[in-house]
Amino acid sequence: MSDLYRRFGGTLGTVFLALVLAWLAGMVLAPNIMMIDYALRPNLPPAEIGGPRDVYTLDNILYLANEAVHRAIFFKTIWASALVAFLTLVVCYPLAYWLAQTATSNQTALVLLALTIPFWINEVLRTLAWYILLAFRGPLNVLLLSLGIIDQPVRWYGNAGVLAGMVYAYILFMLFPIYNAIESLDKSQIEAARDLGASVWRTHWRVVIPHAKAGIATGCVFTFMLAAGSYVAPALLGAPGSRWFTEIIYNWFFEGGDWNRGAAYALILLVLCLAVVLVTLRIARVNLTDVAK
Amino acid sequence: MSHSVELHNVGMAFGQTRAVRDVTFTVKGGEFFSILGPSGCGKTTILRMIAGFLQPTEGKIVIGGRDMQGLGPDQRPTAMIFQSLALFPLMPVWENIAFGLETRGVGKAARRAKAEELLRLVALEGFGDRMPGELSGGQRQRVAIARALAVEPQVLLLDEPLSALDLKLRQHMRAELRGLQKRTGVTFIYITHDQSEALAMSDRVAVMSAGVLQQVGAPRDLYDNPETPFVARFVGETNVLAGRVTAIESDIATLQTPQGLFRGRVGYGLSVGTTAKLYVRPEALEHAAEGENKLTAMIERIDFEGAFALAYGKLDDGSGLIASIPSTGLAAAPPIGTPCSFSFRNKHAVVLPDV
Repeated sequence: MSDLYRRFGGTLGTVFLALVLAWLAGMVLAPNIMMIDYALRPNLPPAEIGGPRDVYTLDNILYLANEAVHRAIFFKTIWASALVAFLTLVVCYPLAYWLAQTATSNQTALVLLALTIPFWINEVLRTLAWYILLAFRGPLNVLLLSLGIIDQPVRWYGNAGVLAGMVYAYILFMLFPIYNAIESLDKSQIEAARDLGASVWRTHWRVVIPHAKAGIATGCVFTFMLAAGSYVAPALLGAPGSRWFTEIIYNWFFEGGDWNRGAAYALILLVLCLAVVLVTLRIARVNLTDVAK
Repeated sequence: MSHSVELHNVGMAFGQTRAVRDVTFTVKGGEFFSILGPSGCGKTTILRMIAGFLQPTEGKIVIGGRDMQGLGPDQRPTAMIFQSLALFPLMPVWENIAFGLETRGVGKAARRAKAEELLRLVALEGFGDRMPGELSGGQRQRVAIARALAVEPQVLLLDEPLSALDLKLRQHMRAELRGLQKRTGVTFIYITHDQSEALAMSDRVAVMSAGVLQQVGAPRDLYDNPETPFVARFVGETNVLAGRVTAIESDIATLQTPQGLFRGRVGYGLSVGTTAKLYVRPEALEHAAEGENKLTAMIERIDFEGAFALAYGKLDDGSGLIASIPSTGLAAAPPIGTPCSFSFRNKHAVVLPDV
């Protein structure tokens, strides 16, 4: 802080500090406190707000515990998000390794550009592309039918569609942390492992993955949180059987008109995501500060 | 006896660039062999071809009588010590050393025992559970050597492993490497751009320049009988006098130069009438008015180096001259700014044809 003042002087330093504090208070603290406040109050008609029935209660949170369908969707969202993170890792790790260690700088630039360009358009539009690809009479089914791999068109919308859409949507969030981590690995370490007789598998298991651990954990945490909070992919690519917890939250707010219960559901999702993230980092023995880098 | 390494007309091209051209030499089993050259001369490329990281585009490499064509680094009886050492920073020292055994499926107890044995060999007992980051440069060096020796290679390949150490430690590690090589009997192939390192440690040295092998020989041989101008200039300091060969009698050539007539031993490929250069070492120049060959230089400065001093002079035509004066004789050294006579003996100079 004194460094800030030394660099920018008293006036400018204070302005910067005030801006950061205002941002933290207005954009981070206030909405979360309001959400907690909403979550702990009952949903009342306007006339009764502030009245004798307007007391803090855990009813909204307990409602989820007793509602079997919502509870099932909640847990499914958690493990399905973990699955999304895992599948994204499986897709990204070989690519990140190739980009960081094997590819020429021209190849790296080209592939990173090709991966980044789709992200210049909105997530909804990108998901719509998958909506078209995966349609019952869409290009994927046509291709698979013509190749003779399937003899009936497949209904991709549902779990498969949601997974595909999410893995695609979050590739960059997984790719870049891993790419950065692997790129900093001295090539001669891989050569040394090979020289000492290590198989490709052992080289990765013992040398590359331990080195890239912080990057992998960061990518998994990003992807998991984004997947758990995703709305577009399940809404567009899902089916009635593949509902996502965010859709239920949305319904409480905009269909059910019960902001309090919606806020309670959102709060539970937030807390559980945080818990999963912290446990993951603990298992990977990575600090939050490493992730922030 | 450890394996020998033979290179037969080996060449390596990266696209249009030919990094190594037509190199042929044989490293005998159990020999300490150095490849010496300035950076970019192709010496690391040669080492990586012997290790199996690169496949030569021409010629063949034979190790222990077996053609290595198409074999990767994990299939060759070689182990490499990298310039960066490439220790695995997240494994304790003993796991680093035993990594090659781990890949061969050796059990944990046997791995640990072998690691301890090697730690004793490199005088690092009790360091097995440290992490590489907790060791000093010299200790890390020794761990890298132990890790390479753990797989019991026939040939150890060393890519300038001492370049990151300070001078004192480097000198110490030179002696240690040499002793280790003698004790284990493993063939060492050592890459360096430091000619004093190559001269001090090696049984034989190959000198490379611009992808071409210049000369292979014992250190003393390279120093006294350079076969090419490059070797004469690169290995040790030297003075150069340019001229034309006017006569060759038995082993002595006479060279006509702007400074007068000089005589020296006949070098490789010399003939009468051609332009050539005479090379004479700084320590062969004596501060004396009389001798077989005489020349006069204006003394510009004298640099005290410790065991000896180097006198820098200028000849009449403006070219430089370096003479070495033992520190014990500094009192009689020529004063700066005065002309001074030097002489050298025929047998201490060599005349080589211009390339």
